[in-house]
Amino acid sequence: MSLLELDDLSVTYRIASGEVPAVRGVSLTLDSGAALGVAGESGSGKSTLAMALLRLLPRDARVGGRILLDGEDVITMKWGRMRAVRWAEASIVFQGAQHGLNPVRRIGDQIAEPLLVHGLAKPDAARRRVAELLDQVGLPAWRARSYPHELSGGQRQRVMIAMALGCKPRLIIADEPTTALDVMVQAQVLTLIKELVAEQGISLIMISHDLSVLSDVCDRLAVMYAGRLVEHGPSAEVFHDARHPYSRALAAAFPTVGDPVSRLAPKGLGGDPPDPMRLPGGCSFHPRCPVALDECATLDVELWPAGEHHSAACVHVKEREGAQ
Amino acid sequence: MTETQAAAEAVSTARPSLLEARDLHVEFASRGRRARAVDGVNLAIGEGEIVALVGESGCGKTTLARTLLGLERPTSGEVRYDGAALDYGSRALKAYRRQVQLVLQDPTGSLNPRHTVYEAVAEGPRIHGLPDEREVVTEALSRAGLRPPDRFFLRYPHELSGGQRQRVVIAGALALNPKVLVADEPVASLDASVRGEILALLLRLREELGLSALVVTHDLGLAWNIADRVAVMYLGRIVESGPVEQVLTAPRHPYTQALMSVLPESPERVVLTGEPPDPTRIPGGCRFHARCQVLASGKAAEAGVDGKCRSELLDVLPAVPGAQAACHYAEVAG
Repeated sequence: MSLLELDDLSVTYRIASGEVPAVRGVSLTLDSGAALGVAGESGSGKSTLAMALLRLLPRDARVGGRILLDGEDVITMKWGRMRAVRWAEASIVFQGAQHGLNPVRRIGDQIAEPLLVHGLAKPDAARRRVAELLDQVGLPAWRARSYPHELSGGQRQRVMIAMALGCKPRLIIADEPTTALDVMVQAQVLTLIKELVAEQGISLIMISHDLSVLSDVCDRLAVMYAGRLVEHGPSAEVFHDARHPYSRALAAAFPTVGDPVSRLAPKGLGGDPPDPMRLPGGCSFHPRCPVALDECATLDVELWPAGEHHSAACVHVKEREGAQ
Repeated sequence: MTETQAAAEAVSTARPSLLEARDLHVEFASRGRRARAVDGVNLAIGEGEIVALVGESGCGKTTLARTLLGLERPTSGEVRYDGAALDYGSRALKAYRRQVQLVLQDPTGSLNPRHTVYEAVAEGPRIHGLPDEREVVTEALSRAGLRPPDRFFLRYPHELSGGQRQRVVIAGALALNPKVLVADEPVASLDASVRGEILALLLRLREELGLSALVVTHDLGLAWNIADRVAVMYLGRIVESGPVEQVLTAPRHPYTQALMSVLPESPERVVLTGEPPDPTRIPGGCRFHARCQVLASGKAAEAGVDGKCRSELLDVLPAVPGAQAACHYAEVAG
């Protein structure tokens, strides 16, 4: 059974000058123990989506549709229940670990806090659990007495992961967990996340603009553009054989070293991401699309089957698959 | 096609070096100790050449770049530009900085939010008292791909996308008509789709203006995308350098091999444990030996060099264009 189900989720921010549709009708499911990667550039709505899952959005955001976490609707959940769900059933790891930690408290106390607040452990047991958690993320137990500034960026990100694991959640949402880190440290953190998902059966939603990182960790990838899902399918297929032109551009942005095609030939995508308050008509991607047809300016394509467990919202897919 | 051919040709012919570090050392005092941030570096950037300087945080790559720009003074060794040692007198430095321009990582941080695009780009030419300011700004914006330029004059940074802001920063550097750009992680804070466009711009500037560039990055894919040569830095020294095709397809230094192995898609991973060591405590012998996977696996012992790895210092690599690695094991293993 699926752990998380998004049904026609939409998020609209109300600001002084009007309404900003950040997420527009996203439907997704995540099975227990599965890892889903959500890709897209700034403004695509991927972080808004992540925040909506735990109702961490600012007050001026209006949420529509349904978010079923283990069968319970997060949107209509009572406040007390919501607090219990955060950390204990689903927790979030943000990018930029330096801002997620309190600089004047020892990291052991910070990891123990959710355990104590949720009444999951008495102080003594919490201390033992902190040591266990630090060990799981590859830090020595004496680090519990350190302050955040005494740790490196990679170590701080490990602490954030230890905090997220503390209450044994069933789902971890990781928003660009390795963006600010060096390649080697990034590899260490990704390996850690992969092991935790595999060994503890935790489900993962990982958000990034780097398709190569996502496809390395996740089973499935969802690509967002202008608040919509434009492609959704098995990681390897989306990364190597993307069916939507936007996914192809994202995949090509990070070259494979050694591939003669990308040598001295960086691939980018012209134009800029659309202003969510003035979305282009038809397919939102058509002004930047290298393979746009005339009809794309007026025709808004929904997700269309593009193979087994794979779908893409592009008129080319519709034509090819529809003809078969 | 012609672009890649021209580039390949350009690599094969040796170029006179324009900007050069000679046996450069930069030390800082750090909590009562000496941090050897740059600990003996020879590096030359030829005319019209793009060199990528690759390494982890704390390896000294940013200090090296700042020293090349004249923003730090070397403890010993020298920076040479166009055949002469850098003069640190204020007038000479000002003239030097017209030739060698810096492009920083985060365009949002390097642009004044209350200055229009025009003012941001005109600042350099004003400081240097260049004539025909409007023309200079127009041309710089257009070269940086912001067209038509006059449409951008009165815009503020917050009205631009991340990619456009980075183009404004690059236009600001181009306005002084420099010979060399030093770019510190020029695309690290940009979105994936914009990244390729900015890198293509750097390649085009080399093509059109013959600009040289030193690109400081931790991203090997970036080096593969735009650089002619790559230098891999570890704990204050360059441990491997050479043409990108050679170094990145057949790396010889275990550190480069480890960096390559953690790229997504790589078949076998060597994840080095720990963070890069501390420049106040550079280990004896080979500076990488404590984290070296070749030494740890016993392969260095089989080749009979493990003793050397632990105790014998390696020579500083010279500034030559060919492929070279500072590794006792690579010397015997070929």
